[in-house]
Amino acid sequence: MDQATLKELIAQVIRDVVAESVAPAAAPAAATPVGGGVATMSPAAVGELRIAEAGDAQRGTDPKEVVVALSPAFSTTLHETIIGIPHAVVLKEICAGIEEEGMKYRFVRLYRTADVGFLAHEAAKLSGSGIGIGIQSRGTTVIHQKDLPPLSNIELFSQSPLIDAATFRAIGKNAAKYAKGETPQPVPVRNDQMARPKYQAIAALLHNKETTLCDLSKKTQALQVSIG
Amino acid sequence: MRSKRFEVLDARPVNQDGFVAEWPEVGLIAMDGPNDPKPSITIENGVVVELDGKRRADFDMLDTFIATYGMNLERAVEVNAMDSVRLAHMLCDINVPRHELIPLTTAMTPAKAAEVVSKMSVLEMMSAVTKFRARKTPANQCHVTNVADNPVQIAADAAEAGLRGFAEEETTVGIVRYAPFNALAVLVGSQTGRPGILTQCAVEEATELQLGMRGLTSYAETVSVYGTEAVFMDGDDTPWSKAFLASSYASRGLKMRFTSGTGSEVQMGFAEGKSMLYLESRCQFITKAAGSQGTQNGSVSCVGVPAAVPQGIRAILAENLIGMMLDLECASSNDQSFTHSDLRRVARSLMQFVPGTDFICSGYSSVPNYDNMFAGGNWDADDFDDWLILQRDLRVDGGLVPVVEEDVVAIRRKAARAIQATFRELGLPEITDAEVEAATYAHGSKDMPARNVVEDLKAADELMNREVTGLDVVQALIKGGFEDVAEAVFNLVKHRMAGDYLHTAAIFDAQFRVDSAVNNPNDYAGPMTGYQISDEKWERIKTIRQAVRPESI
Repeated sequence: MDQATLKELIAQVIRDVVAESVAPAAAPAAATPVGGGVATMSPAAVGELRIAEAGDAQRGTDPKEVVVALSPAFSTTLHETIIGIPHAVVLKEICAGIEEEGMKYRFVRLYRTADVGFLAHEAAKLSGSGIGIGIQSRGTTVIHQKDLPPLSNIELFSQSPLIDAATFRAIGKNAAKYAKGETPQPVPVRNDQMARPKYQAIAALLHNKETTLCDLSKKTQALQVSIG
Repeated sequence: MRSKRFEVLDARPVNQDGFVAEWPEVGLIAMDGPNDPKPSITIENGVVVELDGKRRADFDMLDTFIATYGMNLERAVEVNAMDSVRLAHMLCDINVPRHELIPLTTAMTPAKAAEVVSKMSVLEMMSAVTKFRARKTPANQCHVTNVADNPVQIAADAAEAGLRGFAEEETTVGIVRYAPFNALAVLVGSQTGRPGILTQCAVEEATELQLGMRGLTSYAETVSVYGTEAVFMDGDDTPWSKAFLASSYASRGLKMRFTSGTGSEVQMGFAEGKSMLYLESRCQFITKAAGSQGTQNGSVSCVGVPAAVPQGIRAILAENLIGMMLDLECASSNDQSFTHSDLRRVARSLMQFVPGTDFICSGYSSVPNYDNMFAGGNWDADDFDDWLILQRDLRVDGGLVPVVEEDVVAIRRKAARAIQATFRELGLPEITDAEVEAATYAHGSKDMPARNVVEDLKAADELMNREVTGLDVVQALIKGGFEDVAEAVFNLVKHRMAGDYLHTAAIFDAQFRVDSAVNNPNDYAGPMTGYQISDEKWERIKTIRQAVRPESI
């Protein structure tokens, strides 16, 4: 599918989703997503987030670290979550949450899969503390522990439209607490039965963007991340 | 200047829904996809050497699995050579009985089955579902969950749901580690409400199996299969591993069905450019091939995807029908929320409500939607009276019966006390009298006092480590003074030895008699045949508390 068709498709989605329709459908590269946002933010609009790959990711030994695994499209082709939180903010909040607990973070990117459970499990396996976080571009997040089955988890935040900046910070904080061997109160689970009707098909569109970037033969990459 | 008409229309609930145009290249199309294969089959020396346009050398693991185990090869060449329109006619013709059609429909290829149902209108498909449902008696399943994973509330809600008529009850968790408590609470609550209700706890597959083996659940449903190899591999699975899981349940005398549905493959980004219905047809053949007695399908948790594209709701009915054509029990979804519009959600459900299926909803949210941990139901506790009145309006048995407030309050109190006693006898964290009282009158978790979650989770872990089983629950209930509930739980465990409820579409009545497609097969053949509402049942359905009685004036 070519870029023009994709742009047209996304523009169509904006027109359909935004019920209040304050303004006529914004151009695909609009700096501010119209209420709700459908991940059309351009890199320039999201603030300073620089991500560089630094070779194959290694297994860590530092018991003070939490590894955060990003999906293939995270800040490469998509730059905000499904509700328009810039990826720079997502990472900043998660890091802040981990730091508040006196722990360290390390970033990796997976190419083999965009499945959030496997992202988080891989992060946990690479993590010196055995605790990892997996995040998809649209915001779906999992906290995982290396000895659990891949499709289990410690905490799962499956409804991406309900994850706000404060939740990302709480996720970072709790992951750090698990890494310290504590048993924190889980981040309160939120539930909105109207998230699916509004967002599921768009989530499918976004996920297809992720999976087209998957590469079964490419190893997990270490990342250097700087948030300006 | 905006049109005031359009301003009003834009504010309507339906315009809060997400709609997308078709994108066939990635499979974002409900049915009749331009890249779907044309049906075909070639058999040499009893081996399928070509299936739906693909030669054996090019088979992926799904093709191999289906070609080896999934089709009735005896008549495969014959039925695949027949005109699809003629077959569609036979499916909805009341003069062609189900038992004559099953040998043909189970011999179709996945592409053939999808092609045949695509020749039918929704009305014709509903007519076919009336005939193809496996069990003669339709039934319903519910969800029993809450956002706090509060076990007292789960027990009370499970009991009320039992009283209201549900044949199966499904719980799941907000926090995974609560699973043993949720399974225990829905077990005790359901057997308080009505002995013989089957219960499950939908969690990660290994945990789910473990809960079943311990006797804390009596069936499983969330064993997911997918229509492309890539999605299977993304979940570290194969059709063989799913078949192994199916046999693990069978070997312990536990009922189970697979789950699949339109939209899952494109949702996960690996639809290979095929339509949702064709891929779901493959899932149904995999389900059959793996030896599962049934399916939960109808898009299920992916419903927002087909519902956003043209003829998606039609495709959902079509996939239910394909499951039934393969002689599978069909729990036909109607579970998860997909729209803001009350009109759309009723129209979508009439497709299964009117003909009746083995489980019309899988399930109906028996709790208010803010407590539904399957991300919201198409029907919830606030809709109970609407559902009952639809049954009364149309003279349809949708699996529920009217209840009165005193009975509901009484059964909720009993269940809350039963789980209180069970917790006490099993050495689990205390359930206070205040919690019992709150659960008795609660609408949802907002009416419940908070529990100590950290303490509960620790105890739930210990419960599994101590290897507590269904028999320990029986003993706890007896010690706690709930002998009738204990007997029901004991019967559930005991019936695994007999295994009669492993037959297709089996459920228990209150005396633990099996009602299944084997001892009560659907024999619909037109007006006044098949399932007919008995006089006694109709009396119950039509007697709603709201109706003014002439003699009262």
